[in-house]
Parts: sequence; structure tokens; C-alpha cells
Amino acid sequence: MDGIHDMGGMHGFGPVVRETDEAVFHGAWEGRAFGLLLQAADSIGFVDDHLRSRIERIPAADYLRSSYYQLWMRALETLMVERGVATTTEIATRVTATEEAGRAPGGSPITLDEIDAMIAAGASTKRPEVKAAPGFAVGEHVRVRNDHPFHHTRATRYARGRTGEVVKAHGVFVFPDSNSEQQGEAPQHCYCVRFAARELWGESASPRDSVCLDLWESYLEPA
Amino acid sequence: MALRVRAIEQLLSEKGLVDPTAIDRLVELYETRVGPHNGARVVAHAWSDPAYRARLLENGTDAIGELGISGLQGENMVVLENTPDVHNVVVCTLCSCYPWPVLGLPPVWYKSPPYRSRVVREPRAVLAEFGMDVPLETEVRVWDSSAEIRYLVLPRRPADSEGLDEDALAALVTRDGMIGTAKV
Repeated sequence: MDGIHDMGGMHGFGPVVRETDEAVFHGAWEGRAFGLLLQAADSIGFVDDHLRSRIERIPAADYLRSSYYQLWMRALETLMVERGVATTTEIATRVTATEEAGRAPGGSPITLDEIDAMIAAGASTKRPEVKAAPGFAVGEHVRVRNDHPFHHTRATRYARGRTGEVVKAHGVFVFPDSNSEQQGEAPQHCYCVRFAARELWGESASPRDSVCLDLWESYLEPA
Repeated sequence: MALRVRAIEQLLSEKGLVDPTAIDRLVELYETRVGPHNGARVVAHAWSDPAYRARLLENGTDAIGELGISGLQGENMVVLENTPDVHNVVVCTLCSCYPWPVLGLPPVWYKSPPYRSRVVREPRAVLAEFGMDVPLETEVRVWDSSAEIRYLVLPRRPADSEGLDEDALAALVTRDGMIGTAKV
């Protein structure tokens, strides 16, 4: 999807603004949002590919004026509705009621060991058990296909049509373009491809510099 | 926004899909236990032990796991060594991918449009804003975390750090040094 999220190389965003002594969470609600997402992913049953594709569908103007945890929350609400966890009316009613009441939520004890186990185990999308033959080898030159799918993809716009060299073969990973669309994991090889800065940005870029991108096999063609 | 989050938390809690006490636990984990102090241990150990450094560069996930550091958003780690010839810097232009087990959660600037849009295109200008001038003869290599590999930069060991033990070395290592936006 050629959305606002795919912003590598865009002009006009101004300087990088850094905070001094930045807190992990800016206000308690960010921590609540973070914890909600991690738990809901597990209990509702969604993965990063699903979350990212819902974030990318947020209208561009809203995307830019939202903080990162606001984007997460909006995508979570979308997934809650899509998966039948709650209706939009139910969410809206509850939000209004909570805003009016401003009261604290109730709670019930659970096994915190499950949380620790979830964090420790992670959720790798590598699929070493899939024994597909790699289509490309380290050292080979490849071009990123000039595809502009409407759905979620991890082939950044700035690399499409550009030629680089495979510098690492990462192995077989879940394919986000398929997985995000509920079309199955469709695992395939993923490679790190190094592009000369001048190949991407033209003669004004440094002749020495480069950008390395991780790209799935079907994003690539021989160059 | 705080009340909206509270409403969603209540709703999901009532449906048995989240537990508020588990959210407390997650917040505590990422505020205190998971953070750049973990990455600093990895770097200090690599600076002190050449055999470990070699393993770390060969298989980042396994070598970081040797120190008991692993898990969510660090399942497939690659470590990038800074040298006089190559300076590495990490970004995620598409979202906010970041190696949580070694660095914790990313700062706002890392997720912000200015950093994401600019560092792939004009890395030297961005690094200069961070107070870092990379010599022209050094390649700046930007790593855009576009898949599920998570990158950690192994900074160059400071010249005046001879004789320091691992704890003292770890104290020198900064988060930005491990992203690649600062020298150590």
C-alpha cells in the first residue's frame, strides 16, 4: 500500500525532535495501551502483520497527527470490530460513558507467569522447517519489482525498481503481504539487500554510503 | 485519550480478553527490566571477550541469548559492528521496528516522521544533528528494518577504556550508540 506510513526518503517533515530524559511511557495511558495491545494480540488472535496493515489504512492526515500509541489503539479498535469482539456502537457507548464517569477500571488476578512466558518466548515469524530452495544467493544482484499493491507490503516505495546486492540470506519467514490479508503465512526466503545511496537518491548522495533493506523473495527479480 | 484507553481496557477486561493486573506487569517489565542496560551488557562483553564478539557477529540471536537476553521483538537478531570503514545506523521507515530485549521500547524520535523519512536519504545530515560527524572516507550504512530481523549496532570501543572491567564498560554504552546515532 502506497500510504503515508511508507515515508522513507520523503521531504518536508523537519528536524528530528528529541526529548531529554525521555520516559518509557508518556503518561500512564501509554503503558495501559501497550499492555492492552500485547495481551489482546494473544487473546483476540492477531499478529504484527495484521496490526501494521490496520495502522496503514488510517487516513493520512489522522496518521500524521496521531502519536504512535494512538495509532496502536485505533488499529486495536478496528481489529476488535473486525473480529467480532465488540461493535463500533458498543465501543462508542463505552468510550462516552467512561469519559463521563472518569472512573477507574476494576480488575481480577491472573497468572502473571503467563505474561513473563509470552515476553520470553517472543513470536518469531521465522519458519526454518519450511525447506524451500532459495531463489537468490549472497553476492547476486537483484532488482525490486515495481509493484504497487493496495494491500500491506514491506517493500518500501523508495526501493522499487532499484538494483542492489544480496548481502545476507536470512532464511524463510512468514510473508506479510499474504499473512496480513488473512491469506495464510505463505513463508518464503527473506534477504538483506544493499543498495548504493546513489542508486536510490541520485548523484547528490554520498558515493560511499548505502542502505540495507530486508526483502522477501517475491519482491525481487534478477538484475 | 486516557479515558478512551480506559474504556477499551474495561470492555476487553469484561469480555475476559485482557487482565488489568497483567497490564501492570507489562508496564513494569518495560519500564524497569527490559531496556538499553541489557544491550550495554552485550556490548561490554563483546568488547572484553574476542571469542564472544566473533559469536555475536556470526549469530546475534544465540550470542545475546547466552547472556539470558531474548524474547519478544528480538527473536531474530543481527549485530552490526562499527569499524573505521563502516558506520551503521538503524531505522524502520515503515513503522517502528526496534530490538526490544536489548534496547527496550523505542524513543518517540525513532518512531517520528522526521527520523524515518530522512535518515535513509540524508544520514549524514541527521547524524550531524545528533552531534556526530562521520568522516567522508567512512561509509554510512543505513539498515532499514523492513522485515522481522532486529538490528543492534556494536559501537567502537572508546580508545581511553583500556583496563576497565565489563561493568565499567557497560556504563559507557548509550542507547543511541547502539542505534548508531551517537558515538560511545
